[in-house]
Amino acid sequence: MILAQTFSVGRTYRSVNALHDVSLSVAAGELVGLLGPNGAGKTTLLNLLTGVRRPTSGRVELFGGDPTRAENRRRIGVTPQETGLPATLRVGECVDLVAAHFPDPLPRGELLERFGLADLARRQTGGLSGGQRRRLAVALAFVGRPRLVFLDEPTTGLDVSARHALWEGIRAFHGDGGTVLLTSHYLEEIEALAQRVVVLGEGRVLADDTVDAIRSRVGVRRVSLRATDLPALAGVLHESHVDGRTDLLTTDADQLVRDLVAKGVAFNDLEVRPTSLEEAFLTLTATAA
Amino acid sequence: MSLALTNARYHLVETVRIPIALIGTVFFPAASMLFFVVPFAGHDPVGATYATASMVCFAVMTSSLFTYGVGVSEDRGQPWDPYLRTLPAGPGPRFAGRILAGLAMTFFSLLPVVLIAALLTEATATPLELALAVVAVILVALPFTLMGLAIGYALPMKAALAVAQVLFFPLAFLGGLLSAPGHAPGWVEAVSPYVPTRGAVELIWTSVGDFTPSRTALGMLAVWTVVAGALAVWAYRRDEGRRFS
Repeated sequence: MILAQTFSVGRTYRSVNALHDVSLSVAAGELVGLLGPNGAGKTTLLNLLTGVRRPTSGRVELFGGDPTRAENRRRIGVTPQETGLPATLRVGECVDLVAAHFPDPLPRGELLERFGLADLARRQTGGLSGGQRRRLAVALAFVGRPRLVFLDEPTTGLDVSARHALWEGIRAFHGDGGTVLLTSHYLEEIEALAQRVVVLGEGRVLADDTVDAIRSRVGVRRVSLRATDLPALAGVLHESHVDGRTDLLTTDADQLVRDLVAKGVAFNDLEVRPTSLEEAFLTLTATAA
Repeated sequence: MSLALTNARYHLVETVRIPIALIGTVFFPAASMLFFVVPFAGHDPVGATYATASMVCFAVMTSSLFTYGVGVSEDRGQPWDPYLRTLPAGPGPRFAGRILAGLAMTFFSLLPVVLIAALLTEATATPLELALAVVAVILVALPFTLMGLAIGYALPMKAALAVAQVLFFPLAFLGGLLSAPGHAPGWVEAVSPYVPTRGAVELIWTSVGDFTPSRTALGMLAVWTVVAGALAVWAYRRDEGRRFS
């Protein structure tokens, strides 16, 4: 059963193309990671799926209907950005306000307990730490006993133990049959949670595949060395020169180094480093274009 | 309906927790009473009553234009607002909640005006007249609320603030709020039936005194209400939160 779906959806802001011809579907029980650099269109896509914005072209369906209609949003949960929580409201009040919108919300105590916020019910959100605010934001997605949750950067700003606790919560929800669409900057987070990954770049779907398949595409390394004369090398995605060094981006650093040695290239000061996810995406987008 | 009340309650809770904002709302109408009505019209029962009624109208207009115009615009700039739009409720309860909260704030800001009028001037009103005045205030608040909502949903915060500021003074002056009934300059009297403030203040004058409102002014007030309502709905529909070009 398909819970959320876009059909060749496009969205422009003034003259900027935020999304272009995106077709995507999320079936019941899936845990889908939405991955991409800043400005790739992740938030726009979530806004279209949750009915906050309308597409400029194409069509969006949520539980078989138009997401801008309130009744089609009854079975979803969404995280607000933690910077946007009303600073003067108390934690418990935020939960109550959201709960008032749903027919059968989780009891407040149970929800706060589950997200480790029970002691903070009386605190104003403006006085919470960044991590506490993030936990509250994620908790709000679960108030209405959703079947499908949209988690936008759920663990940004959390320390490692809080992040792992939240991952456990998301896995438990998924284990009980819940469906999750989650965005993240962190490849590690997507790897830990998702089964399927959708990669967005410059408003397009660059890849939609299993985690393993995507990892092999995104697992780009930077091989950096000093050499006066480089022959043509297989598997180099991108080559740049900085301060007398040559930087080569490749998905298979081992093979590249073997090739360098086998071809007898005179090089020194070799370094192999993982690239940031964003660099990898920029590279992939550049090669795709 | 209960969702509208819930929304209204949280609007008020948020306002009350920043007490200085309350003082701002209450200070302006009260200060205007003290500076303009008490010294000039305080000793004449009829004049003081009409002048107080004008001040009430002025307070309703400014509080509506600013609470809704600037408040809505500011909220739209916060990420919390698009989040609330993902909850399973249409715009109705949030609109209604905001209007209820705004009305409560308006009445709160009118309390000192009425107290000053009762204690420091010769203005008089019977309990029936006061009750009629409450009804008149609710009617009068409607077009200005809709105007405020139109501004708030159409414009970013700084622009909304400027437009509300540019609007309220000419509206007050042209509507004859700054003078006793029939005593504004001739050209103002000629224009004033066509601005919404005139019909508004005449309704309040009628509720507390021996005043017969002009049909033109009341008719135009109705027209303005419909126009402001249409603009508010249009602005709400095209709004999708803050936009960047």
